[in-house]
This record gives sequence, C-alpha cells and structure tokens, in this order.
Amino acid sequence: MIKEVFKKTSVLTDKPFHYCPGCTHGIIHRLVAEVIDELGIADNTVGVAPVGCAVFAYDYFNLDMFEAAHGRAPAVATGIKRSLPDRIVFTYQGDGDLASIGTAEIVHAAARSEKFTTIFVNNAVYGMTGGQMAPTTLLGQKTTTTPQGRNQELNGFPIRMSELLATMDGAVYVARVSVHNAIHVNKAKKAIKEAFMAQINGLGFAIVEVLSSCPTNWGLSPNEALKWLEENMIPYYPLGVFKSPAEVD
Amino acid sequence: MSKVLMKGNEAIGEGAIRAGCRHFFGYPITPQSELPHYLAKRMPEVGGVFLQAESEVSSINMVYGAAGSGVRVMTSSSSPGLSLMQEGISYMAGAELPCVIVNVMRGGPGLGNIAPSQSDYFQATKGGGHGDYKLITLAPASVQEIIDMMAKAFDLADQYRTQVMVLGDGVLGQMMEPVELGEMKEVEQLPKPWAATGLRGRSERNIINSLYIVPEVCEELNQKLFAKYAEIAAKEKLWEEYQLAEAEIVLVAYGTAARICKAAVEKARANGIKAGLIRPITLWPFPTEVMAQAAITAKEFLTVEMSMGQMVEDVRLAVNGACPVHFYGRTGGMVPTVTDVLTEIEKLAGGDQQ
Ligand SMILES: Cc1ncc(C[n+]2csc(CCOP(=O)(O)OP(=O)(O)O)c2C)c(N)n1
Ligand code: SF4
Repeated sequence: MIKEVFKKTSVLTDKPFHYCPGCTHGIIHRLVAEVIDELGIADNTVGVAPVGCAVFAYDYFNLDMFEAAHGRAPAVATGIKRSLPDRIVFTYQGDGDLASIGTAEIVHAAARSEKFTTIFVNNAVYGMTGGQMAPTTLLGQKTTTTPQGRNQELNGFPIRMSELLATMDGAVYVARVSVHNAIHVNKAKKAIKEAFMAQINGLGFAIVEVLSSCPTNWGLSPNEALKWLEENMIPYYPLGVFKSPAEVD
Repeated sequence: MSKVLMKGNEAIGEGAIRAGCRHFFGYPITPQSELPHYLAKRMPEVGGVFLQAESEVSSINMVYGAAGSGVRVMTSSSSPGLSLMQEGISYMAGAELPCVIVNVMRGGPGLGNIAPSQSDYFQATKGGGHGDYKLITLAPASVQEIIDMMAKAFDLADQYRTQVMVLGDGVLGQMMEPVELGEMKEVEQLPKPWAATGLRGRSERNIINSLYIVPEVCEELNQKLFAKYAEIAAKEKLWEEYQLAEAEIVLVAYGTAARICKAAVEKARANGIKAGLIRPITLWPFPTEVMAQAAITAKEFLTVEMSMGQMVEDVRLAVNGACPVHFYGRTGGMVPTVTDVLTEIEKLAGGDQQ
C-alpha cells in the first residue's frame, strides 16, 4: 500500500515559481494556498497581489486575482470586499509595499476594520528592485542604499508593523510568525488559518506578518539566510499573537 | 413631469444613481464636496455603498477593486485630488476597467484656489498619468445636461471597458437650475464575464492586471487600446452647434465658458456680427470634423477658455491652418464675462460694427 503523505494543493497552479533558490516566498504561497484549500473557500476567494517579488502571485494562485499598484493592495481589497461582501478577499504584500509606500492604505484598512485578510511578508529588504533598504531593515544591516549599514540618524528606525497595527481598534487578529524551520512553518500555517477564519466569521481586519528570507539580497546561502533570520530578525521582531478575536470581544 | 431645483454637484450624484451606480469612493475637496454629501445620504437609501477614503490615492484604488469585481463605480474630486488619482487611472487604463471619474476643476497650479477653472484640460484629454492611454471626457454645460450625461458616462465606460471623466468646474458644480429627473428605472447593464469575482464554478481564472512584462505583449496591449480609442473616436463624438450657419467668427468653448460665449454670440448677432459657437461635449474624442468644416467658410476662430489656453491647441489642429485661431482666456479662478468675450469678437470683426 502506498500512502500519500504530501501533495501539491490545487489552489496553486502548475506554473513554476520564479523566486530565487531558498527564498521563503514560495513556502508562504504554499501555506496560504493550503489554508484556502482546507477551508474549502477557493471557489469564493479573490486575492490581491502586490508590487515586489510577489508581483506574479496572480500566476501562482489558482483563484480569481487582482494585481494592485505598489502599496495599494488594501485599497483595492476594500473596493472588492465592499462590492462583493460575501467573498473572501486577501492581500499578499511585502514590507516595502505594506510598510513604506502603502502605509496609509494598510493603517486605514485596519482602522475601518475592512473584512479582508493580509499576508505581510517581511524580509527586511526590497527584494525585487535590488536589495535597497526597507522600512523593516534592521539597524546596522547593509543594503544597497545603506552600504555602511542602516543608521538611525540617517535612516530612522525599523518599523514594527504588527505592534503598530495591534494598537488599532479595527484590527481583530494580528500575529507575527516565521518560516525559518519546520516547526515555525506549521505555526505560520495555523496563524494564517486563524486570520482567514476571522474573515469567514465576519469579524474584521486580520493580518499575519511572516518573517521571510532573501538569500539573494542578504548575500547569504539559503541555510545561512534562515539562520540570519532566526538570530537577527526574531529578536527585533518577536513572534506571537498580538491580538486575537477572543481579546476583541 | 415636475421639475426640481438642484445643484450641479448634487445632480452628478443623482444622475449616477439613476445610471445604476451603487458604489462611490471619494475624499473631500472643494468645490465638489456637495456631491459626496449628497451620496453619503442617498447611497444607503438605494442600498448602495458610500465610503470616504483616506486619500484620493486610496479612492481611485478602491474604484479599481470595485470596477474589477464588476460593479458600476464612481469617484469624484477636484484638480489637486485628480493629480493624485492619476496613478490609479493609468492602472485602470492598463487593466481596461470601466469607471466614472468626476473632476470639478478649480484654479491651479498647486493648491491654487477653490474658484472655477478649466485648466485640467490637458490632464483630462491627453491621458494624465504615465503611459499611452486616453479617457473619454464629457463636458456638460447645464444641470439638466449633467443628469442626462451620467447615464451616458456609465454606458460608455462599460461598453468600451474604459474610464470616463465628467469634467466640470466650480460654477457648474455650485449653480442651481431646475431639472427634470424622470422616473427611477431599473438600468439594464452589460454582463461582465471578465470580472474577478471568485471562481464560483468557472474553470478559467479571471485576472485583473496591468503588468505586461514582455515588451511584445505590452506593445500588443497598447495597440489594442488604440484600436479601441479609434473606434470611440469614430462613433462617440458629441458637440453642440449654436448659430453656426454662415458664421464668419466661430467661437469654440466648453462647459461654463460655452454658456458665456453663447450669450456673447447672441449679442454679437444682435449687433450684426455673424458669430457662431461650437461647444464640444466630448473633449476626447474631440469633434474635429465640425471645426474643419466650419473653418472652410469662417474668417476667424476664437477659442475661449478658463485657462491659459489648452483646448486651443486641439482647435488649431482641427482647423489645420484653414483660418486664424485666436485665443481669449482667464485663469486662476477668474471667469470671463459676456462683455469680455463680446469685445474680443468685435475686435476680430474689425471694430466697424459697433
Ligand atoms: C510607484 C512605484 N514605486 C516604485 C516601484 C518599484 N518597486 C518595485 S518592487 C519595490 C520594492 C518591493 O519590496 P517589498 O515590498 O519589500 O517586496 P520584496 O520584493 O522584498 O518581496 C519597489 C520599490 C514601483 N513598482 N512602483
Ligand atoms: S530577491 Fe529575495 S525576496 Fe525576491 S525572490 Fe529573490 S530571494 Fe526572494
């Protein structure tokens, strides 16, 4: 007897990912797709892709999808959800997209408690455009626009978006997870499911921040990158659930 | 049918609702704010959505989301807000999403003022954002025309999967006139099988997108868009002619400026000057043929605008050297008077008719 232990979810298309070897964007895509599959909502879900390395996410999710302008995914998702309130809507955004150019859009979507779910991929860098500083770049971290390392005098401090959004009354579920090892991948999936459940239950805005690696722009091997994430990112960006529906009511 | 007294801005809102629009996203700015005020009250009455966004950047991207999910949707703003919307409008052009955008123009550049102006003509008719694209631009000149035009605006948007701008100014937005509303009717709308609404049993995915990474494919999109624009130009030009027969001095003006010109033409005719007026109703596509035709017999053209002269360039292209095209304009929120325009007409007539 052959037992099937792993199978590609039908919520992902057959198109091969374009992500660099060792990039965790691919893992996060798979988690989102598996959750949508397990919740049985694929037929009723609309996704919004960002500008950034995940710009082609619409090619990978086997769903009706939108491609939004840089940072505007939360506004686009608002327009979709307000037009089709019985659909499940999610945005998938990088840290440049969500915490820099689109800060206003995400903060106000949370303030209005828009009933969609955001997957926020924090890799502490602008991946797609060549490794520039992101709002989430750590102090001292070298990027192509902080060649001496990020300096608070010149470049300000990294933004902890989850903590910031958790202060907002409209946010019903806020969690930060990581995908640097199998245990955390499983925890990340659980959080993503919670975030979709918050929407299915009609509660309001839910966001999961996923710490992700960018071996290419960090100049590290895939394994070194995961180690760097664990040792450098997690201390500044602590994992955990900052807000959950139980707390809200 | 009885008439009701309505403000131009309110008429835009009522016209949109009667055109079957149930979704509005916007951000406050003078001199169009009566429109969102009106819709904030009226949309819930008809089961629609009114949402005040955090910025014009957000409003237009909400419009992108709503349009892509297949509903009739509108936003409105005034000049500085329109500048902010250009990003979203360009993306909508790339994704071929139908919507209606209202611009009640004010004085500029910059923060300018809140007085009426027509100085966003270039932005409205030449694309406005990045990339090769055009908008259908409608320029009403009365409150009744606004009401009737809104249905046309939404129909054109859906028919061509394109963005339609209704271009007014502070005078039109603020003035009150009696209008005939007619009966509230269920609006027949085109199906939108391309909308991204969740698969719901559909086997082909629908994707709303303006990313065409392969140059050949991006060029193909541009060519497809321009084939569509050519069809619009062939079929959808609108204008009004006033006293045009045998006119020796042909005025060209739109919106509020056209109303002033109409009065000036009347006075000129009373003084024995053969003046006439062409009022473009679609600013894009621009009614070039009627101008080329009139230029054959006219002695002088006079374009009147509440700007430093933007439409006059299109008039010169249409007239193509057949006769001289003069320009009179006030700007910064100043509105030309009938006397101002009459003086210009008399100058062109040689000053011997006084
Ligand atoms: C308006 C606008 N500004 C800038 C860009 C260029 N741009 C593309 S991706 C990107 C950064 C994306 O970084 P992030 O969101 O962190 O995603 P990542 O690539 O790291 O996954 C920028 C600045 C753009 N496409 N549009
Ligand atoms: S550049 Fe970085 S974030 Fe982008 S695909 Fe490569 S590894 Fe991933």
